[in-house]
Amino acid sequence: MAGIKFDSVRRVFGKTVASNDVSLEIKDGEFMVLLGPSGCGKTTLLRCLAGLERVDGGRIYIGDRDVTDLAPRDRKLAMVFQSYAVFPHLTVFDNIAFGLKMQGRPKDEIKRRVQEGAELLQLQDYLARYPAQLSGGQRQRVAVARGIVMQAQVLLMDEPLSNLDALLRLQMRAELKRLHAEIKATTIYVTHDQVEALSLGDRIAVMKSGRIVQCDVPMNIYDDPASVFVGGFIGTPPMNFLKGVVSAEGAPQVVVGESRIAPTPAQTPALAARRGQPILLGIRPENLAFASSAQRNTLRGHVVVVEPLGSHKLLTMQVSGETIKVSVPPDQSVASGNDVWLHFDADKIRWMDAGSGDTIH
Amino acid sequence: MESSLAISRGAKRAPIAWRHVRDQVGLYGAAILLALWTLAPIYLIALSAFSTKAGVSAWPKSLLPTNFSTDTMQFFINSKGVLQSVGNSVVVALLTIAASLLLGAPGGYALARFRFKGKQTIQLSFLISKMFPTAILSVPLAVTFLQLGLYDTVWGVALIHTAMALPFVILLTAGIFVGVPRDLEEAAQTLGCTRMQAFVRVVLPLALPALAAAAIFTFVISWNEVFAATIITLQHRTLPAQVLSSLNDSPLYYRFAGGFFMIVPALIFIFLIRKYLLNMWGSVVR
Repeated sequence: MAGIKFDSVRRVFGKTVASNDVSLEIKDGEFMVLLGPSGCGKTTLLRCLAGLERVDGGRIYIGDRDVTDLAPRDRKLAMVFQSYAVFPHLTVFDNIAFGLKMQGRPKDEIKRRVQEGAELLQLQDYLARYPAQLSGGQRQRVAVARGIVMQAQVLLMDEPLSNLDALLRLQMRAELKRLHAEIKATTIYVTHDQVEALSLGDRIAVMKSGRIVQCDVPMNIYDDPASVFVGGFIGTPPMNFLKGVVSAEGAPQVVVGESRIAPTPAQTPALAARRGQPILLGIRPENLAFASSAQRNTLRGHVVVVEPLGSHKLLTMQVSGETIKVSVPPDQSVASGNDVWLHFDADKIRWMDAGSGDTIH
Repeated sequence: MESSLAISRGAKRAPIAWRHVRDQVGLYGAAILLALWTLAPIYLIALSAFSTKAGVSAWPKSLLPTNFSTDTMQFFINSKGVLQSVGNSVVVALLTIAASLLLGAPGGYALARFRFKGKQTIQLSFLISKMFPTAILSVPLAVTFLQLGLYDTVWGVALIHTAMALPFVILLTAGIFVGVPRDLEEAAQTLGCTRMQAFVRVVLPLALPALAAAAIFTFVISWNEVFAATIITLQHRTLPAQVLSSLNDSPLYYRFAGGFFMIVPALIFIFLIRKYLLNMWGSVVR
């Protein structure tokens, strides 16, 4: 069993706090994605776990072993690097066999396990080649195979797909998911690509400035972002945010431009506590639809740009002086310059504090 | 508008094929001139080194090897002290290579891999030893070497040559190690290597050709160094020191033969490592 536990892990580079007392528990066999913009500390956290970076505070556990002060080789994990880090002076076979040889395994076992690993990643025909004779995608497979044959309980991946072109990335993504289902190693996967995160993760830990700002299953992260940052980082296009003010009197309503939005009963008490205060209304582009007339929970919008994208049309619109994105069905008739009514269900709205950006529950 | 402008400008230029020929002729012409500039003296020295003793001072001189003979070279090689000094030169050069790589390569590795306080200053200070002319250092050095019992030994010369080569070796090896991605080393570590094992199994094989080139470069520095070698040796001279000290009272053909004999190893080595020299400079710039 190899769960992973970060306990207040701290890492500082000069004046930059790359990891600010991060605590996180990952279950055995779980696929955890660390997601965030570049410089948020996700790679540092991974490198601390791998032992390639020392920690300035806190402890790290794999299973029930405290690995904080162990050398990388003693942590019993495998890592796939962003640059692949395939050894150029060794053949594909020797690359995949490298870790097994270091463990001093018998020759026939090495051969068998390299064969298995190569088959898993469709590299059987390339074992005698050198990395220079491989394509980027194949090199990537070598890097993954090299890690997998170790049969480590923990597999770390640092943006493994970011150097591949878009189509290959799509293929490899599905393949990594299949692979994880097969080998069931506890996996930590670092990426800045939110689609990768949603597609692969059992859970996603969203990071910002050295902290984890939300950690949950992908659909909760998507549907119920913990803050403006998370909502704005996840989704293509991301969540829209409109400024509003909670009405000072009567049943709590939020005034956005000329519209009045009524919250769901569950949201009402939280809003009632903020009478007269500014607030942010968060709504995903696909949760907005055209309406024929003004009704409950509608906004007046002006269509600026129409982008037909095949599966849907993406509209850029002006609503009460702010720009938002709206996703409508491909057969929706609309042209730029149109003024339309936008309708949404109140339970799709997420309310955020206008100052801190945190979601109000 | 813009496209018609481009066409008219294109028409004024020479046709593509002709332009290509002209560029190539210019390029190769310049290259040949440059090569001649360095090759001509070498050729003239070789010509004199392989002519009869009388042919060396004959006038007018033929530019072709008309009176080919190995007499001059034989005379030089058989002269007193020459063979012994060649032996000394080789020993000194090998000692210099060993010492400067053993000391310099770890230094280069540290500069390439680690961030530490005063890195810039240290890097610059390596060059300080180059600031003082050997002439100024020679007298105190000779005195110190006398006291230490290093005077007139190959060890003493090798020590000085190591000091001269170290700044280059450190900076060159730093460039070499920067060229080996850190990821490879870290990957080896996660795959079960200690730091040392990762270096031996991954970094060293990748750096070896360039390190060999650095070694040869060091050899050439030591082989060609004359001033320090002359001052701190008497009986155990290296070849350049031997030739220099006997230059004034030796015939012209001896000088030509000596000159040729000293050029050849350097030429061979540069030829062998030319590819790596380019690599090295390339990785330093990167």
